[in-house]
Amino acid sequence: MALTEQEILAGLGKIVNEITGIPAAEVTPEKNFVDDLDIDSLSMVEIAVAAQDEFGVEIPDDQLKHLKTVKDVINFIQN
Amino acid sequence: MSSDRIRVVVTGLGATTPLGGDVASSWSALLAGRSGVATLTEDWIDSVPVRFAARAAVEPGEVLPRPEVRRLDRAEQFALIAAREAWADAGSPKVASDRLGVVVGSGIGGITTILEAYDNFREKGWKRLSPYIVPMLMPNGSAGWIGIELGATAGVHATVSACATGAESIGYAIQMIRSGRADVVVAGGTEAAIHPLNVASFAAMRAMSTRNDEPERASRPWDRTRDGFVLGEGAGIIVLESEEHARARGARVYGVAAGVGYSADAHHIAQPDPTGAGISSATRHVLEDSGLTGADIKHVNAHATSTPAGDVVEAIAIQEIIGDHPLVTATKSMTGHLLGGAGGIESIFTIKALYDRLVPATVNLEDLDDGVEVDIVRGEPRALPGGQIAAINNSFGFGGHNVAVAFASI
Repeated sequence: MALTEQEILAGLGKIVNEITGIPAAEVTPEKNFVDDLDIDSLSMVEIAVAAQDEFGVEIPDDQLKHLKTVKDVINFIQN
Repeated sequence: MSSDRIRVVVTGLGATTPLGGDVASSWSALLAGRSGVATLTEDWIDSVPVRFAARAAVEPGEVLPRPEVRRLDRAEQFALIAAREAWADAGSPKVASDRLGVVVGSGIGGITTILEAYDNFREKGWKRLSPYIVPMLMPNGSAGWIGIELGATAGVHATVSACATGAESIGYAIQMIRSGRADVVVAGGTEAAIHPLNVASFAAMRAMSTRNDEPERASRPWDRTRDGFVLGEGAGIIVLESEEHARARGARVYGVAAGVGYSADAHHIAQPDPTGAGISSATRHVLEDSGLTGADIKHVNAHATSTPAGDVVEAIAIQEIIGDHPLVTATKSMTGHLLGGAGGIESIFTIKALYDRLVPATVNLEDLDDGVEVDIVRGEPRALPGGQIAAINNSFGFGGHNVAVAFASI
């Protein structure tokens, strides 16, 4: 069964908090990982690996660089 | 000592050790003669012949935020905790970025990270590896993280000389300030090596005590029944500063980092030269470098690890070069041996002894071995005299490294 946007957002918030310490509440769909959340490329890899484990979706490296906002990741996981 | 040379002083101390999560608690435990050594309860313990160690008194995960714990090897966690304490203790000096340096090393580096990552790689493949594994396993990782945190751009260095690492880092820092490269340098050593492979490997050298039924009594420098060192973990880091810089900002000064003496045995990769020639040479060099005489040295924090081979040779070298008057102690009897962290915490204990004029006693020394004629503090701490006095911290390492660092009262 497909996860709702809210479920994915909650899961992502938990992951981002665990990895970066940023409060989960700040992880909202419009946020850009680099510009808004100040997350570096190594941390993005960590987040991607954790997201793959959490949601069972493979994120190829060439896709990862296109996932700039939280909403991008939600869309990728939903599709 | 030439009068125009830059004088280096100590303005901040930080540590996390088997005796406490900071300098104050570690120091008071030392003075109370408390041991940080205890039986281990890990599930691997039955696979090795040594079933005890000196774990850090405070788990770094209880002190650091979770994202830092994820990204830092345990040795780096200890280093960051100690560096933050030292920096705050120094009053968070305002210093230009390009006048601030870091010299922090580790004997082994992120070995637990390496071994766990390899297991993870074999089970799950490369894509499941954390992108932080390389900075976690590299022995200069601690220096790098501290440098980033403090914005130190004058130079970030990591000396690696096994159990002499911490002292060598402090020696390098003294020279960095004297040479004019920096005004303030954060320096010391860290180690987190209580892992079954390390215990098994040191045991394979027959270097570790196997006194499993009495772990608190296992580290017994100079005792006739000593049977090897006890593995410890933690970090000791200090803030060194040119006297001019420290005075200008009105810093509290613990003492003078008076000089450093280095030598190498060139004898055996892991055994001390039985003649003690290398230790004597490092001791002569530290006196020359600091402009001190043997008579000035009132206290020695000895390397003395509780191994049969090393302790007596060192005591004889102290007696020959300095004399039989200094109060000598081996704090490893309580902390165990922190390997690359040893020179860091023992330099701190040496500075504290000078500052408080009090030398902690060596515990577990019940039957003094033949040939040891120096004045070892036993039973109770003993007071140091007033006036201008100095002290030496000795640290030696596999590879034949001998380092002696001298500190003097203000």
